[in-house]
Amino acid sequence: MLTILFDGVAYGMLLFILASGLAVTLGLMNFVNLAHGSFAMAGGYVTVVLMQRYGMGFLATLPVAFLVPALIGAVLERTLYRPLYDKSHLDQVLFSIGLVFMSVAAVDYFMGSQQQLVHVPSWLQGRFDVAGVGIGRYRSFVIVVCIVIAALLQFVLARTRFGSQLRAAVDDQRVARGLGIEVGTLFTLTFAIGSGLAGLGGALGAEMLGLDPTFPLKFMIYFLIVVTVGGRAGLIGPFLAALLIGVADVAGKYYLPQAGAFIIYAVMILVLLVRPQGLFAAAR
Amino acid sequence: MNMASPTTPLPAAPVAGTAANAATIVNAPGTASPARALLRRRRAWKPAEFLFWGAALLAPLALPRSMLLMNEIAILGLFALSLDLILGYAGIVSLGHAAFLGVGAYAAGLFALNVSADPLAGLVVAMLAASVLGFLSSFLVLRGTDLTRLMVTLGVALLMFEAANSWRSLTGGADGLQGITIDPVLGLFDFDLKGRTAYLYSLAVLFVLFLAARRMMGSPFGLSLRALRDNRLRASASGVGVNGRLVLVYTLAAAYAGAAGGLLAQTTQFVSLDVLEFHRSADLMLVLIIGGTGWLYGGLIGAVLFELFQDVVSAATPQYWQFWVGLLLVVFVSGGREAVHKTGAALRQRVAALFGGRRA
Repeated sequence: MLTILFDGVAYGMLLFILASGLAVTLGLMNFVNLAHGSFAMAGGYVTVVLMQRYGMGFLATLPVAFLVPALIGAVLERTLYRPLYDKSHLDQVLFSIGLVFMSVAAVDYFMGSQQQLVHVPSWLQGRFDVAGVGIGRYRSFVIVVCIVIAALLQFVLARTRFGSQLRAAVDDQRVARGLGIEVGTLFTLTFAIGSGLAGLGGALGAEMLGLDPTFPLKFMIYFLIVVTVGGRAGLIGPFLAALLIGVADVAGKYYLPQAGAFIIYAVMILVLLVRPQGLFAAAR
Repeated sequence: MNMASPTTPLPAAPVAGTAANAATIVNAPGTASPARALLRRRRAWKPAEFLFWGAALLAPLALPRSMLLMNEIAILGLFALSLDLILGYAGIVSLGHAAFLGVGAYAAGLFALNVSADPLAGLVVAMLAASVLGFLSSFLVLRGTDLTRLMVTLGVALLMFEAANSWRSLTGGADGLQGITIDPVLGLFDFDLKGRTAYLYSLAVLFVLFLAARRMMGSPFGLSLRALRDNRLRASASGVGVNGRLVLVYTLAAAYAGAAGGLLAQTTQFVSLDVLEFHRSADLMLVLIIGGTGWLYGGLIGAVLFELFQDVVSAATPQYWQFWVGLLLVVFVSGGREAVHKTGAALRQRVAALFGGRRA
């Protein structure tokens, strides 16, 4: 019972790191980016390639798994995403679905369609007991990393100059620009960091979630749920929503395996019906 | 970067008032025969329309080998027509239209397996089943922003997929429904292997449903839908009831998609989870973008082009076909559409005029 709760928390933490970039682009910048999972997949595959072909250690690959998707994100933001910021949600959806399809097919072409295995170092394998509760080492590692990142993100967004500039730019772009804030650079940087975090999440999650070319499609709805259910006002809502979904999903799969993902989807529809602005956000 | 306020209905065209006013004038009892005359004039059949349907009818004679492909085109055309009713005319975005296709397909398949193998009865059952789901889920898309609508429609489609996947005793799960046999259409035309009956049957159904849609969208009801799409607030201020119309058109579109699903199940004699897959909904968007939204021929022309494109590309690279769909979507949204519009503006206008200028 407690083990399930623990696994659920680990899963939820991972979901939050994966979706945190989307919480900013969709939640704050109001851009529906369904291709967010593609950046996560990119991070996962960077780790796989570095470990299998170049024999790097798992931990050493993680910074690269952050940097490469961040770079891809920055380039794509500058070239393709930017003109779409003021288009309709429908256009943004179609565009990003297109990107998802392309990334799925491209990864399939270059890496093959099989599941990729990531071997975590031996000191992260296995589990230990705390008061009779089995706790996976890797999962506790993930939780610690994710808590650190989440705290950092919240600190950056709420306390630093960068964060307040970003919030200003999101609230009212014209005024922010008038005050001398470089909105374009700011958004590129934000998008890159979000993509990089997704990549890091993809690398961390490859062992727990699995990694194959359909990853962006499989988890797209989860990221969207985290952001829309959590509310689009900041990072705390998505964080709580991610934990909730993580625990609910793991528990659901354990106790009611035949229901599949049914419960999650039904809950999402209900929440969006009752509170279209999300669970943890005030109505706008 | 425009942070579109969530209450603004997208797409908001500046010419909203005219359609709304025309609709209310027509709705007012016993007045405004000029408006009726205008509507009637706009509904008149254009020569190119006869050409289009004549070509569709004669196509099997010219290309007797590709009737299976033509059958797919007709079904996809009907499916796209259905999405156009809600997206192009009523402005409701949907990422889960495959839900209705799938429900229609499973209903038709189960009906043929368990009750009767008559195709027309099966088609009616498919349409009814899908419209029940459409009616129930229509209340979910009335509220919220475009984003919530996208999420909710996607969620409904995923729910249907999960349901079909888990309810093995009814749907066969991942194996699908097998061994469906269908009686001859009207007791006369047997389904053959070459797909001739299948194509003509699908085409006939498409034509009948198209006629109905054409009449409805050319009526005051259709005009009032467009008024809603362009400016919901203004339309309701001019006396156009919003929710009732949206529920009606959503249910109607669901029934159309159900018919497409029913046709798919009957002509391929097989139903699998594939009919509920996400890529069905996404591909459908592409079809409608290719052909253009907001005129009934958009979906049909888009279906023709999409299927031909798919046929060529998937013959070359069957495995990576999705890549090219994705590329097409990206290019279309990132400016390809404007380029096409600009270069082909004159041509488009001429074609649209021939087809009855349904591009509001």
